[in-house]
Amino acid sequence: MITGSIAAIGAGLAAIGAGLGIGKIGGSAMDGIARQPEAASKIQTAMLIAAAFVEAVALFAVVVALMGNG
Amino acid sequence: MDCSHVFEFKVKRLIVVFTLFLAFFSASGVFAQTDSTYISEEAHRETTKKKFDIGKFALHHIADSHSWHVIGDTYISLPIILYTRNGFVNFSSSDFHHDDEGAVIVERKGLRFVKVHEKIYYASETANEHGQYVDLDEKHHATNARPIDVSLTKNACTLLISIVVILAVFLNVANGYKKRKGMSPKGLQSWMEPIILFVRDDIAKPNLGHKYERFMPYLLTVFFFIWFNNMLGLVPFLPGGANLTGNIAVTLVLATATFCITVFNGNKYYWKHIFMPNVPWWMYIVMVPVELFGIFTKPIALMIRLFANITAGHILVLSLICLVFVFDSLYIAPVSVAFAVFIGAIELLVAFIQAFIFTILSALFIGMAIEEHH
Repeated sequence: MITGSIAAIGAGLAAIGAGLGIGKIGGSAMDGIARQPEAASKIQTAMLIAAAFVEAVALFAVVVALMGNG
Repeated sequence: MDCSHVFEFKVKRLIVVFTLFLAFFSASGVFAQTDSTYISEEAHRETTKKKFDIGKFALHHIADSHSWHVIGDTYISLPIILYTRNGFVNFSSSDFHHDDEGAVIVERKGLRFVKVHEKIYYASETANEHGQYVDLDEKHHATNARPIDVSLTKNACTLLISIVVILAVFLNVANGYKKRKGMSPKGLQSWMEPIILFVRDDIAKPNLGHKYERFMPYLLTVFFFIWFNNMLGLVPFLPGGANLTGNIAVTLVLATATFCITVFNGNKYYWKHIFMPNVPWWMYIVMVPVELFGIFTKPIALMIRLFANITAGHILVLSLICLVFVFDSLYIAPVSVAFAVFIGAIELLVAFIQAFIFTILSALFIGMAIEEHH
């Protein structure tokens, strides 16, 4: 029998979403840097900011899941 | 003063107690020998029944505390300062004798206190069936009244330590600039200069434009404060060990500072963009509430992001270490330690990235508020 909280499933779904988002951001940044290596530092900064926004949504979900669990 | 009769009495009593003690243990030893197999079987069943609670363990370790764990059974007891009905009360947390379940009462100024899960409550008149002087609801949370707790906790101590260290470093650097004006930097100064320049050239200038100098002190303070405390949180032993930037109250204060700077520096274009955007008037019903809401969600997102990132990192490392106890086997230890080291290395990177993200987003929000109309 499976025991545990449905909050864990929520956290897992949030991880899937964030994984897709950050993967896409990272991949696109790689493409950009490969095309224009001289713009690497600017692309990296923009990539980190975008990744932070995506990650924040996933972390909200994790916090909500933790609160629902406790 | 003649106390010899007291002393004699005490010695006699000690002898009696000691004899009884010995007698008890020798007797219980005999009993233990007769049914030791039975006891060990029972004990084994007990341990398998009592599962290791990884969540509780991790949450306990990232929480604030009234004592600072050094090593083994050594703790530094921090002072407890309470604002109660009878004014300020202070005593050492060692008065609770490491009790965290509300079983030990400390009485000061006619008030009785107990500590349950690092929170101080007024004690109940009588103990419940578990020997705790608190009333518990069905979720095992204490429902007693609480005094206002302004104790010097582990997090507060870490905050003071980090303030001292950061001040020492930056006063040294500032003095270097005064002494060697126009010359090349030396010592600590040459170590900090690239990082300060990084904040100026990569964070402040692109986001704030030509008015960046006004906000540099704030951005530098926030950046170095968050970075230093993130790193300190990763140190598992004494000067570190506290989870300061993973405490939502600390990130709340940082986010509130950004919020206040954004709101008080917002120019008329910024407010016009919120209250009178360039859209047909009937769109105002939707746009204005959303934009107003946006003023508050941005700092709230800043607060949650830093808190959740650091807390998640700490929980991850702790959980990986705990795998040893969950599987209850020594062979899993190399795997879990290797993973913990790997995640620890990533956390070093995250410590920097989160400081950078907080600072650059603060700069972005302030930049949006002070942007001139074009």
